[in-house]
Amino acid sequence: MTLAAAGQPVAAEGRWWSRLALATLALAALAFMISLAVSIGEIPIPLATTAKAVANRIFGASFELSRIHEGIVWDYRLSRALLAASCGAALALSGAILQALLRNPLAEPYVLGISAGASTGAVAVMILGLGYGVLTLSGGAFLGAVLAFVLVSALAAGAGGGADRIILAGVAGSQLFTALTSYIVTTSANAEQARGVMFWLLGSLAGVRWPDVYLAAPVALAGFAVAMFHARALDAFTFGVDAAAALGIAVNRVRTILLGATALMTAAMVSIVGSIGFVGLVIPHAARFVVGPAHGRLLPASALIGALFMVTADIVSRIIVPQQILPIGVVTALFGAPAFAIILYKARRPV
Amino acid sequence: MSISVHDVHWSAGGAMIVDGISIEVAPGSTLGLLGPNGSGKSSLLRLICRLRNVKSGVVSLGNTDIAAMSRLDIARRVAFVEQQATTDAQVTVLDVVRLGRTPHRGPLSPWGVADDAAVYAALCHVGMPGRAGQLWHTLSGGERQRVHIARALAQTPSELLLDEPTNHLDIQHQLEILGLVARLPVTSIVALHDLNLAAMFCDSLAVLHRGKVVAAGAPEDILTERLIAEVFGVRAHIERSAYHGRCHVQYRTL
Repeated sequence: MTLAAAGQPVAAEGRWWSRLALATLALAALAFMISLAVSIGEIPIPLATTAKAVANRIFGASFELSRIHEGIVWDYRLSRALLAASCGAALALSGAILQALLRNPLAEPYVLGISAGASTGAVAVMILGLGYGVLTLSGGAFLGAVLAFVLVSALAAGAGGGADRIILAGVAGSQLFTALTSYIVTTSANAEQARGVMFWLLGSLAGVRWPDVYLAAPVALAGFAVAMFHARALDAFTFGVDAAAALGIAVNRVRTILLGATALMTAAMVSIVGSIGFVGLVIPHAARFVVGPAHGRLLPASALIGALFMVTADIVSRIIVPQQILPIGVVTALFGAPAFAIILYKARRPV
Repeated sequence: MSISVHDVHWSAGGAMIVDGISIEVAPGSTLGLLGPNGSGKSSLLRLICRLRNVKSGVVSLGNTDIAAMSRLDIARRVAFVEQQATTDAQVTVLDVVRLGRTPHRGPLSPWGVADDAAVYAALCHVGMPGRAGQLWHTLSGGERQRVHIARALAQTPSELLLDEPTNHLDIQHQLEILGLVARLPVTSIVALHDLNLAAMFCDSLAVLHRGKVVAAGAPEDILTERLIAEVFGVRAHIERSAYHGRCHVQYRTL
């Protein structure tokens, strides 16, 4: 990416085919990881069987397969893997957007109080029995998440609306809703319920079915489309809000749209799988080390790496302890943190 | 007129920061904005490119009231260089200068030949075409300022606003940057602290004091010992320099 002194035009956009090749490779890797996730488990299923089962369902092929194998592949594991991928992509994308918008490397999808609100909503349904059986756990979590986001946004707007105000309002909101959750759990839950809540709070893909995928995948794709449309606006925030405005960005509109999009993505994911930490904070940084800070490349890279990471974490969570499934949030942090430490070390700045 | 400001007021936190300012800048000329800290220079610059909205009064570009222009139309015409804007992102010089093309590109339109040409010309203007790949955080203060100016030039503006562009720079870079701005074929408004540099490089000056213009005109007409005493509270002796022919302000100890 250097300019020749002779007056060569600036050739910095990169050769399109190399980027296309990279994207294809990453998508292939994701597809391979998803098939691995479908094949690995308590009942191992050969990759060929997986491919046949998927072909039977999608292309109407008629391979001879045992009904049990086909059922496991289609009803349990594929939906779970696809949900993990959507979730990882959406969380990483949200993190990348918020880090740019708030100009804070510590910003993550939960910075706006969304996961805390979701846990309060979930607990209110699970333990207090709110919603009279109409509201599911996920529904309660989603409402809680949206409510928390609205409260935090109102507080941030009332306090002047700068990036630091949004973060401070988010901290206040998170603390409030976390306290509410703890209050409900300690005063109303029995031991069994408390364990269930704990499991949910750490994030779990157990019990995921196709309807969850039908919600999560479109949300992740729509969020990705909205983010890509605003990739250049996010670049313009590099030197702050005034600099972005001076470059012709309608700052308030862009901020509202993107904050809303991340809030919806995060709320949808949290309400399905609980608050899986680490992905939204760290994957964007890892992606930045790979493709640099320009959002036209960073956003797709974050989404892909997030999806890959989450599918892999799901596999690990199912096989690391025999006869037991770890909460995926434990795995993402337990394995993600050291991996990130290595990346940080390798990318250290020469002093 | 390229930029005209008519009876503009703006307040913040109950204090009147800009209190009825009117100025006119002819196309292609350079106006120096002088005044003590807090006199309203930065605020006025932000009002001119509508980063803040005027409370009353009119700012016009050409014959158009900027209140009627879209954010994008203003950015295609006016470039603004802030004081000491920086970033923690791992961006290169080229990344920063390319930001200047933002208002000229749609959200999905590809990078074009015109964009390349504008970026390359901007880098040449500030003498940094060979530094395009260098990382932002390895640049010195003067280099960062030059990159910001290159970013502004890549916007291909007809009006350029600079907020104390020579702050924290050594004398060589101060002269270089102001010389560059004075030579550019665009209308410029530069907020400055150094009266001698302002007299050397600006076609006209406007002196701000407590949000009002207290003097405006050619440097040799308005820089007087009395004005400097009233506005800046220091005693000065002013003479025509035998060396470069411009005003030369010499200060006396208090």
